[in-house]
Amino acid sequence: MLMFILRRLAAGLVLMFVISTATFFLLNLTGQDPVRQVLGPVASAEQVEAKRQQLGLDQPLFAQYFEWLGSAVQGDLGRSWFTNQPVGELLGAALPPTLSMVVGSLLLACFFGTVIGIIAAVRRGALDRGLQAISTFVQAVPGFLVALVLALVFAVQLRMLPATGFTSFNDSPVRWLASITLPVIALAVGSLASIALQVRGSVIDVLQQDFVRTLRSRGLPDQSIVVKHVLRNAAGPTLTTVSLMFIVAISSSVIVEKVFNIPGIGTQANNAASRGDLPVVLGIVLVTVVLVVVVNLLVDLAQGWINPKVRVS
Amino acid sequence: MTDNLVTGTRKSLEVVSSAPQGDRLIKKFLREPAAVMSLVFLGLLVVVAVLAPFISSYDPTATRLADVLAPPFTAEHPLGADGVGRDVLANLVYGAQTSLSSAAIVIAVSLLIGVPTGLLAGYRQGWIDGVSMWISGALLSLPAIVVLLVVLARVGRSTSLALVVFGILIAPSVFLLIRGSVRAVREELYVDAARVSGLNDIRIMARHILPVVITPTIIQAALLAGAGIGIEAGIAFLGLGSSDKASWGLMLNDASQNIFNAPGLLIWPSAALVLTVMACTLVGNGVRDALANYGSSAGPARKVKAAKHASTTPEPARPMQKVLVDPSDALLVIDDLRVSYPRPNGEKSDVVKGISLKVERGQILGLVGESGSGKSQTAFSVLGLLPGQAEMTAGTLSFAGVDLLGMSPKERNRLRGARIGYIPQEPMSNLDPAFRIGSQLTEPMRHHLGIPAKAARDEALKLLARVGIPDPERVFNSYPHQVSGGMAQRVLIAGAVSCNPELLIADEPTTALDVTVQADVLDLIRSLQAERGMGVVLVTHNFGVVADLCDQVAVMRDGEIVEVAAVNDLFTNPRDEYTRLLLDSALDSTAKTPANRVGSDMDTETEGAQ
Repeated sequence: MLMFILRRLAAGLVLMFVISTATFFLLNLTGQDPVRQVLGPVASAEQVEAKRQQLGLDQPLFAQYFEWLGSAVQGDLGRSWFTNQPVGELLGAALPPTLSMVVGSLLLACFFGTVIGIIAAVRRGALDRGLQAISTFVQAVPGFLVALVLALVFAVQLRMLPATGFTSFNDSPVRWLASITLPVIALAVGSLASIALQVRGSVIDVLQQDFVRTLRSRGLPDQSIVVKHVLRNAAGPTLTTVSLMFIVAISSSVIVEKVFNIPGIGTQANNAASRGDLPVVLGIVLVTVVLVVVVNLLVDLAQGWINPKVRVS
Repeated sequence: MTDNLVTGTRKSLEVVSSAPQGDRLIKKFLREPAAVMSLVFLGLLVVVAVLAPFISSYDPTATRLADVLAPPFTAEHPLGADGVGRDVLANLVYGAQTSLSSAAIVIAVSLLIGVPTGLLAGYRQGWIDGVSMWISGALLSLPAIVVLLVVLARVGRSTSLALVVFGILIAPSVFLLIRGSVRAVREELYVDAARVSGLNDIRIMARHILPVVITPTIIQAALLAGAGIGIEAGIAFLGLGSSDKASWGLMLNDASQNIFNAPGLLIWPSAALVLTVMACTLVGNGVRDALANYGSSAGPARKVKAAKHASTTPEPARPMQKVLVDPSDALLVIDDLRVSYPRPNGEKSDVVKGISLKVERGQILGLVGESGSGKSQTAFSVLGLLPGQAEMTAGTLSFAGVDLLGMSPKERNRLRGARIGYIPQEPMSNLDPAFRIGSQLTEPMRHHLGIPAKAARDEALKLLARVGIPDPERVFNSYPHQVSGGMAQRVLIAGAVSCNPELLIADEPTTALDVTVQADVLDLIRSLQAERGMGVVLVTHNFGVVADLCDQVAVMRDGEIVEVAAVNDLFTNPRDEYTRLLLDSALDSTAKTPANRVGSDMDTETEGAQ
């Protein structure tokens, strides 16, 4: 078990290294002069040169890379070129809103997706066809459109929930809940449809297996067979979908944060990208990959718990 | 959207093996109304995009202060103007151009990368496969929009660059699809034959492999188009798209800024975006469904007519359900049992055609016959475990003097496990792989007997020892995959008798086992039967088993019982021609045709239940 975790962690580290390296060189290979981007078109050539030295950009690219890597390993991600704020601090402040949204939406999607998927798989018929039609529609609607419509209906027309902004949980749990409700729903809708479809498919597959018939032959109540045995066997593929959904949710949160004006990772990414604030961009990529690696590790561990055969290998 | 593509890959793979080509597939597709409508919609969209300059005379990017938030339905601005005075109609039709070209870019890039690498990795395998799988996994674990932000951070606003990068990010979905298809085809014999006959790899790929992957690639392309259009809108919405291009995403951005004073601006771009993306998905699904339905119901029209005719012939009337039945002390009484399954073409296929049987308490009845003779279906009828689509009727079906037909599913469930035990055929697939053997044994006992966990555990360990398992404690704590097939079958037998049933139904209990274990398991069933005085229905194709265990034998053929006799009578004096044939072939091991048929056919028997 320990070996399993260590191996997955090592694979995650390799992934982080490869991606941050690729990002670093990608950011430095092409495009405009980053210093000119920082100082704007009116700065003089001397000012640009001074700034270049100050940011360490006069060094050879590989030296810059190892410098960055060296401090990144020690947890220092550098400072923003624009605000001079430490990148770590900046991301630390931006993570709670984003994680609140992403985790909240996944919990919501998992719960309702599983319930709806099971009901569709067990009942079949019109309900099942309805689910499939609605899912096709919902999956076609981009997350930010859902966000816009939700904002329009609940925040603008009905004035039930705040349209913009984020309140931290520590300041006021109630306002925190109100501020993330709409973004969470906007993010959850698409993944809910995907998870429901996935659960439906896996449950139908499992229901056709021999051992389900044998469990029935033992006179166990149908409900307990479905909830205990079928669901556990159907959970494997569903978890894989959930880990994919996590990546999709991070991606969509960039846009959803913009709609609701939430100061999360997505907003930081968007600002840093449009200004050309490379240390921040690099830090965001690193944080994102870490999140993905951690979630994948958790999903792998859950897979091992669900499917005893995985544990052995 | 990425998830949709990846799960789409899997679904497309499922149909790839039976992929038909050409005209008939198109006909099939034309029968899917939603898909056809979607295709028409996309066709109209292309026309609108091409004719954009004729539809609106406005420059979609030109802003006019005087027209800011101009109302819709005027001659000047048919759909109004947005927050900076741009004409909405012009943006809508020019936005179609952007959307369609975005779809084209994403499809082109991901196919250009995914198809060759998928072909190579699937065909060559080895290290190329390993490396490309790693890269594809890494790309799939990146949140697309974050990567796009990174790229655009350096280059500045550029829609087409963003789409190229997105095409690269999404290419693994094509790669996985093609790789999977190639691996499936590679196993086929004709590819081996082509290789033996000296065709080189490229010609094998072009001639044998490419045709198979074309249809799934079309399906994937439709989904990619939807994803491309969605991501373009997202990029534009974030304000990172090229500033000189009209875009539905940009319209949504403007609408969101004016959400308080002109919420109507949301309608047009939303509708355009959702309808277009959905049309792409539906076209893809339509091709996939056309493929999936191809095998089952694409028969020629003649066959369909025949089916309709057949279904109008009168069915035998459903017999009245009798309440109780048999004054004798019979444990199980079956009278005129019929089971049928609907065929895809509307006909019914009868698998059990009105059989009658009786099992006395403590008696072992052998139910013998070939594959598909209906014996397993008979067994499942007694258990009430026929698959959902099966139709069962009977004149009488009673157990221990109680009518089973009139029972609610709940009441049937109370009998199963408690008073009627079941031993399945295939030991490994009949244990839940996710739970320890111990919990699978104790769960029914706790449910039926209402005993606490500790008592159930002791009872289960006793049972495991009783069925001849040398180390009950270890097996109790093992998962099914950690024990052998013979062991698993003993566990299943222990499970079947755990609540002291009066009737045991054993469906080919030794077929899947090694010859060396078979005799032991039969001994076990016999001794358990003697010890507990159970009635047993033993489904088998093996006359050796019958001779060994049974008191009474019923021979089934083609859903009917051809002969019922005491076991000695049957062996010494078989009355039916078919029984004689079976007996001859079973006893004379050198006999060629019928013996082999009886023996080998039945080994993997599932009796057409699915």
